[in-house]
Amino acid sequence: MDNNTLNIRYEVVAKDFSRAGEASSALKKVLRKLNISPDIIRKVSIPMYEAEINMVIHANGGYIDVDITPETIHVVLTDNGPGIADLELAMQEGYSTATDNVRELGFGAGMGLPNIKKYSDDMKITTQLGKGTTVEIFVNIPA
Amino acid sequence: MEDINKFRHEPYFHSVKLNHDLCKGCTSCLKRCPTEAIRVRNGKAKIIKERCIDCGECIRVCPYHAKIAVTNSLDNLKNFKYNIALPAPSFYGQFRNINDINVILTAFKKIGFDDVFEVTVGAELITKTTLKLLETGKLKKPVINSACPAIIRLIQQRYPDLIENILPLKAPVEIAASVARNKAVKDTGFSQNEIGVFFISPCAAKMTTIINPIGSETSNIDAVLSMKDVVNEMAPFIHKIKNIEFTTASDSAGIVWANSGGEIKALSEYNCISVDGIHNVYKVLEDVEDEKLGDIDFVECSACLSGCVGGPLTVENPYIAKAKIRELAKKYNIDTRPVNYETDMFLDKEIEETPLTKLGSSISETISLMEKINKLHESLPQLDCASCGAPSCNALAEDIVRGFGKESDCIIKLKEKIKLISDEIQELD
Ligand SMILES: Nc1ncnc2c1ncn2[C@@H]1O[C@H](COP(=O)(O)OP(=O)(O)O)[C@@H](O)[C@H]1O
Ligand code: SF4
Ligand SMILES: [Mg+2]
Repeated sequence: MDNNTLNIRYEVVAKDFSRAGEASSALKKVLRKLNISPDIIRKVSIPMYEAEINMVIHANGGYIDVDITPETIHVVLTDNGPGIADLELAMQEGYSTATDNVRELGFGAGMGLPNIKKYSDDMKITTQLGKGTTVEIFVNIPA
Repeated sequence: MEDINKFRHEPYFHSVKLNHDLCKGCTSCLKRCPTEAIRVRNGKAKIIKERCIDCGECIRVCPYHAKIAVTNSLDNLKNFKYNIALPAPSFYGQFRNINDINVILTAFKKIGFDDVFEVTVGAELITKTTLKLLETGKLKKPVINSACPAIIRLIQQRYPDLIENILPLKAPVEIAASVARNKAVKDTGFSQNEIGVFFISPCAAKMTTIINPIGSETSNIDAVLSMKDVVNEMAPFIHKIKNIEFTTASDSAGIVWANSGGEIKALSEYNCISVDGIHNVYKVLEDVEDEKLGDIDFVECSACLSGCVGGPLTVENPYIAKAKIRELAKKYNIDTRPVNYETDMFLDKEIEETPLTKLGSSISETISLMEKINKLHESLPQLDCASCGAPSCNALAEDIVRGFGKESDCIIKLKEKIKLISDEIQELD
């Protein structure tokens, strides 16, 4: 009973801005049902939304796996997009390769990756040029 | 006669009720309810009390008029020595051919009231105080309006962390009620409880709030009349009124509160948005919670499309009423009289969370129950047809795990089972 895990998978569709954010909204509903406090929910939903949007604008969509245990929430976002050439640069506030089109829509402020780091308890990015990117978000649930 | 005090402080009182005889057990209301508060059981709709926020969507959508709003009747005028009518701003939009608010006010005299006090005055007082409060910079942004009780209930139930964003002021009708009662005591010499304060309401949500106030111990309103009932009462004679007996105290600033966008009209130096329709409000509150809206100072939310003119107890087409209100706002753009009533406008009690019953007693238990729900959901047809009596396959899965439903409530699952049995019987033959 104690080592139980809830696994959920979400698909993310490329280039569809009207649907971007669906997965983080859906997860929020699940976390609310688990009675996780709003401030912890925010620590997951804001980073996950940013990473989800990145999958939509910078990669070609992909999928998200969420594992929830009584102690942690672990979100893994996987895409097979172009990868990130210079991760250190990408992590800097305000750095963005987003096109003007995307910026018109209100995305591409270059704050996504820094905010993932800021809000979550831990994050990990593995990326390979031409292959894709995996973003992992970790958030602890206080007992 | 509906006794006024019959429902006072009945926990979970809801104005929205079901007329059993009229309900056919269809799925119209089920699918429309924003909080999934309705199930069909044994062929009749059932409202889950802890989930209902009295938004009135089901009243609007029910093709058989089986969903009703419990309100009080005019008979209650007999219970008081001196009766005051408090028409909501939306009331002025209900009479297509009447452009004179004084005529509407006079009509209240004809149906038995001694005086009228306009809710627009309360609205105007709130507008002025809101401006002062915004200036202090102390309100949590974005500020969410406190006037629509269905929205407050939604926040209490679904977005508890947004409670601190709610404007800490009472609703216009409550402010109007205290001013009206005190004024009547002074004018007439009657005691507080010899005076009857009647609200003419566009919705069920307001009725519920008078029985179970949010953000204060008690309501200052004695009874709530449905706008529809009052319009029907006045319709036969209102066009014939010649002698005006009341002069309106309304100014455009209060009148426009009837429409969505009306409350923020006077807050033009701030970054405001207005959202109407409970399903739209749902989405916007979700975005507020996720800090996705950017620098918004004020979010005006109304559960009803078009605002209170779209309330479930109104008569006139909401779009016509909206135009009428705009026209009246132009006409009464006077702002000559001082509205300096001394009254306490602040909420005097904390708005509490009203979370839904937890799934499990610990997070660990809840996780296993959610796993069960997900597995069950996968095994269901995922048509969300609602024939089982739950609004979606997922809701049925949750109901089953909570012990309120069974798999065979799903007619497609039941059909599969019956086929299996009939195949077995054939084999036996
Ligand atoms: N999933 C991804 N695939 C490819 N490149 C990415 C991905 N996520 C982020 N990047 C790169 O990192 C940069 C910074 O990301 P971010 O901080 O979210 O800013 P923004 O999305 O506003 O550009 C992006 O402009 C992009 O070049
Ligand atoms: S918008 Fe107005 S009429 Fe509709 S529920 Fe809210 S207060 Fe009532
Ligand atoms: Mg980004």
